Amino acid sequence: MQYKSQAVAKPYFIAAIGLFVGQILFGLIIGLQYVIGDFLFPEIPFNVARMVHTNLLIVWLLFGFMGAAYYLVPEEAERELVSPGLAILMFWIFLVAGALTILGYLLVPYSGLAEMTGNSLLPTMGREFLEQPTITKIGIVIVALAFLFNVGMTVLKGRKTVVSLVLLIGLTGLALLFLFAFYNPDNLVKDKFYWWWVVHLWVEGVWELILGSILAFVLIKTTGVDREVIEKWLYVIIAMTLITGIIGTGHHFYWIGTPEYWQWWGSIFSALEPIPFFMMTVFAFNMVNRRRRNHPNKAAVLWALGTAVMAFLGAGVWGFLHTLSPVNYYTHGSQITAAHGHMAFYGAYVMIVLTMISYAMPMLRGREAANSNRSQVLEMWSFWLMTVSIVFITLFLTGAGILQVYLQRYSADPLPFMVVQDKIALFYWMREVAGVMFLIGLLTYIASFFVGGKEPEAVVAATEGA
Amino acid sequence: MNATDTDGQRSNEVASAYPPGDLAIWIFILAELLVFAVFFAAYAFTRMNHVELFNQYQATLNRDAALINTIALLTASYFVVRGVVAAREGDNALCARWTWAAIAMGAVFLVVKSAEYAHHFEAGINLRTNTFYMFYLSLTFFHFLHVILGMVILAAVALKAQRGGYSSADHTGVETGASYWHMVDLVWLVLFPLVYVMR
Repeated sequence: MQYKSQAVAKPYFIAAIGLFVGQILFGLIIGLQYVIGDFLFPEIPFNVARMVHTNLLIVWLLFGFMGAAYYLVPEEAERELVSPGLAILMFWIFLVAGALTILGYLLVPYSGLAEMTGNSLLPTMGREFLEQPTITKIGIVIVALAFLFNVGMTVLKGRKTVVSLVLLIGLTGLALLFLFAFYNPDNLVKDKFYWWWVVHLWVEGVWELILGSILAFVLIKTTGVDREVIEKWLYVIIAMTLITGIIGTGHHFYWIGTPEYWQWWGSIFSALEPIPFFMMTVFAFNMVNRRRRNHPNKAAVLWALGTAVMAFLGAGVWGFLHTLSPVNYYTHGSQITAAHGHMAFYGAYVMIVLTMISYAMPMLRGREAANSNRSQVLEMWSFWLMTVSIVFITLFLTGAGILQVYLQRYSADPLPFMVVQDKIALFYWMREVAGVMFLIGLLTYIASFFVGGKEPEAVVAATEGA
Repeated sequence: MNATDTDGQRSNEVASAYPPGDLAIWIFILAELLVFAVFFAAYAFTRMNHVELFNQYQATLNRDAALINTIALLTASYFVVRGVVAAREGDNALCARWTWAAIAMGAVFLVVKSAEYAHHFEAGINLRTNTFYMFYLSLTFFHFLHVILGMVILAAVALKAQRGGYSSADHTGVETGASYWHMVDLVWLVLFPLVYVMR
């Protein structure tokens, strides 16, 4: 660790992993509720558990991004953070607000929560992924502003690199687009339209910039390839991301009451969204092949390469599967969407946060560059367990989705929704088993932090030197 | 970090490399061409199913204006080539002048195209009018944005040339900008017959 203030990243990373566990536990609960409808009813109804599952995901990824930025920015800017104290204060505010919100979801009926938190003064609740009470949303904005001030001033006062500027653009975009969470028009078409400006333009726009810059940072550090080369790739990737991703938002506008041209715009531009992800894959492997040194933290390199591959498969290929409007006419909102959502979020955003944690955590815990061999081997086991599990979850959901679309929407005698759900229950069971495997992988991941701590740091064998 | 220590070496390598300009711009160009190719294919298939509609509204387009624009872009490309030649000979001032001339031709394109748009909008035409106009407006406007981007890139080249930033050994930047501009031109050379002329 080159700068003392990078240490503020540590609590962010720990909180991220903790909330990740919570997310997976609730995922298992809703997975089981798919096949045992009254499991945990009435204590934790499906809609509440699903809300907790998705909200925890977003919150822990935000913790991860912030931790990543606090670690990355001082090193890029070559100076200490402007205010480490502010970073720690915001950490606690965000954590407490997040915890209270989740407890609110679980302990109070949703309408009661809305009433308690004064939603009627500025109604923003009740929309998927943006279920947070208005005061929580305001808290998110305050935390985001303080965070942006902190990293922004650090970048401005220090060395400016392409990596830190792209990261800053991504994080600023993240904060600005979140403001649409406060726009809640009565017109349902408009409501949905702008709702996607948060949801889509986050994951298929500005978050990709964050992903690209973190990946570039880790690759610069672990491969020793010229910064100049890596930055050039980063430029090309983000340009393609924005060209395809922004108008690609149109693939959400097919059936919500918008004009017909969105069918064309959405289909054409979103069909090309896999390109930047494919570039990212080529980029990552290319850089690792051209490496000038072997970094002792093999686990971090594995995560980085894994991100590039899984993001392309999950976001790129599985997104393309159902992005064309004539296909989406049948598949909209089916289990195919769920399959895509799982692999895309894992491949792109879960894995990039874990890449950064894997790279930074050994230093944050006082190591020179890497964990011991034993710890890394366990971490790499967890990589494969989680990644293979998510592949199976995706495949089972894709199978369920294809059957669902056929039986419910395409066949000569379409069947009712619930009848079809019964018929595809086997896929849901298999998905749940894969989910348990994922949890085992996650626990293995956590265990890797606690083994081999006293053993010497992994080193690159002399024969391996490039 | 170690960006500067390899600078001298790199430029010599790249100067003799093929394709001209930076490899990154070629990846970008190929990706852009793919976007347009998909758009063109979508246009062609849709036209196949609505030949009469497309023929009828195609007649409302101003082919003379489009021809002027074709000439403007081709001339701009010629100027860009002269700029590259000047840079190869190490004449920064001449390179800057030719590049500014190319940008001026790009501006001619923008003015003529804007006049066409103004004419259509006055007639109350928008993306929802019919499928033909949807494609016409989308395709040409998407290209319009690329002309602007091309001009921005050329302006960066011209400004650097004015500062004496290139030499006969290192003029990758000029070739990079020129390659992108030629792509913008090339796309129009497909777009013009496809949308304005062919019936």
